[in-house]
Amino acid sequence: MKKMKKIHTLFSDCCYLKEILAGFISLLRGMRVTWRAMCSRPHTVQWPRETAPLPARFRGHIELVADPATGRPRCIVCGGCARACPSGCIVVRGEKTADSKKKTLTEFTLNFTTCSLCGLCVESCPVNAITFSRDYALAGVNDEIFSRMNLLADMKNTAGGMAHV
Amino acid sequence: MTELTPLRILLSIMGIMVTISINAMLLVWLERKVAGHMQYRRGPMEVGFHGILQTVADGIKLLSKQLLIPDSVDRPLYILAPIVSLVPIFVAIMPIPFSENLQIWELNIGLLLVIALGLLNTLGILLAGWGSNNKYALLGGARAVAQILAYKIPLLLCVLTIIMLAGSFSLRDIALAQEGLWYAVVQPLCFIIYIITITLETNRSPFDFAEAESELVAGFHTEYSGMAFSLFFLAEYSYMFLASALAAILFLGGWSGPLLPGPVWFLLKLYAIIFLMMWFRWTFPRVRIDQMLNFGWKILLPLSLLNFLVTAGVLAL
Repeated sequence: MKKMKKIHTLFSDCCYLKEILAGFISLLRGMRVTWRAMCSRPHTVQWPRETAPLPARFRGHIELVADPATGRPRCIVCGGCARACPSGCIVVRGEKTADSKKKTLTEFTLNFTTCSLCGLCVESCPVNAITFSRDYALAGVNDEIFSRMNLLADMKNTAGGMAHV
Repeated sequence: MTELTPLRILLSIMGIMVTISINAMLLVWLERKVAGHMQYRRGPMEVGFHGILQTVADGIKLLSKQLLIPDSVDRPLYILAPIVSLVPIFVAIMPIPFSENLQIWELNIGLLLVIALGLLNTLGILLAGWGSNNKYALLGGARAVAQILAYKIPLLLCVLTIIMLAGSFSLRDIALAQEGLWYAVVQPLCFIIYIITITLETNRSPFDFAEAESELVAGFHTEYSGMAFSLFFLAEYSYMFLASALAAILFLGGWSGPLLPGPVWFLLKLYAIIFLMMWFRWTFPRVRIDQMLNFGWKILLPLSLLNFLVTAGVLAL
């Protein structure tokens, strides 16, 4: 490229040739850009065999947190999340059983089609029983799958606290 | 010198068929790979090692497709167009010397034959454009004809310069005349102009006016599908092969090179030039048709004429 510039000054008094040469040099510059792109590592990953790292604060749909000791949900069925939700997309139900004074969770349904992922439910929970999941590969054949997400069943399916992808 | 007997013609046509098919498959794959990596992608990765069999899969798909002929087309022309586009390749490859002894047909006007038959590609494009009875196809076909003068004259002036230096029209003699020094070194301007004009000749971006995906749907092959479309595709990549083979012979000394055998050197040079054309395609923005005509008449033609006259003057001294 330095050599090119020397020739460039040689023709500087002649407009026509100067234009051609300047254009030619700019084309060579462009080719250098693409050559470098070709020699560098691709930015894409071979999904689904590879996945790109998720950001630490990624917000997927909410999920219930299990108590590691008992394996049951931490949720105390206070209903705070359902009240805090601006879209009213959380339904929490529980019942009292004979062996315990506390309520046990029987239903935790999320309508993900109206959820705006604001996170008020996560913040309002007094026992940290709700977190954002890292589940982004969502697909379904009907809207039931998203309008009535059974988070209690999901938590039981992924026993051991593993996030399902 | 070998006679061109019927058996030899038959065998060589079979050989050429195999060569251009493998070449097209390889080039389509290479094009997608080059395009991918120049855009920080990987290109095809799924079928075969690094997607090398992707073109085979695509080819099977195209073969199995129904050959759809729209009602409004001019049937004879519509069917003839892809054939006119492809068939000249078979004759045009014959005089190409792959090495000193590997040549189908040694012809003392080989260069003229290759250039003349290379022009028939444009006829195929025009027939396709006219026969399709489609405004986009017709515009594409008309553009192919409009640009032909703008690039053919600089191209011929460059070739003429080389012919003057070598003193022969035979491709073999031209390659042999560069034993000491490649003509690309003696005639750098000529080499650059030749590379630009073959990009034009093969209708490749930045000069893809006949196809013009971004403005004319698909240009001349808008109405084509299935096998007829893949014949055009095959023809396009075969003309790339032909034009690059010519470039390797005219400017890079043909099959000459140390250590490796002749055909290997020849193919290396050939594919290096094809890579250069792909590099152009994925680097430069495409130009408008009027810009291209300006470029052809105002820059390529004067420069090649100047180069021609200076060379003639130096040779006369």
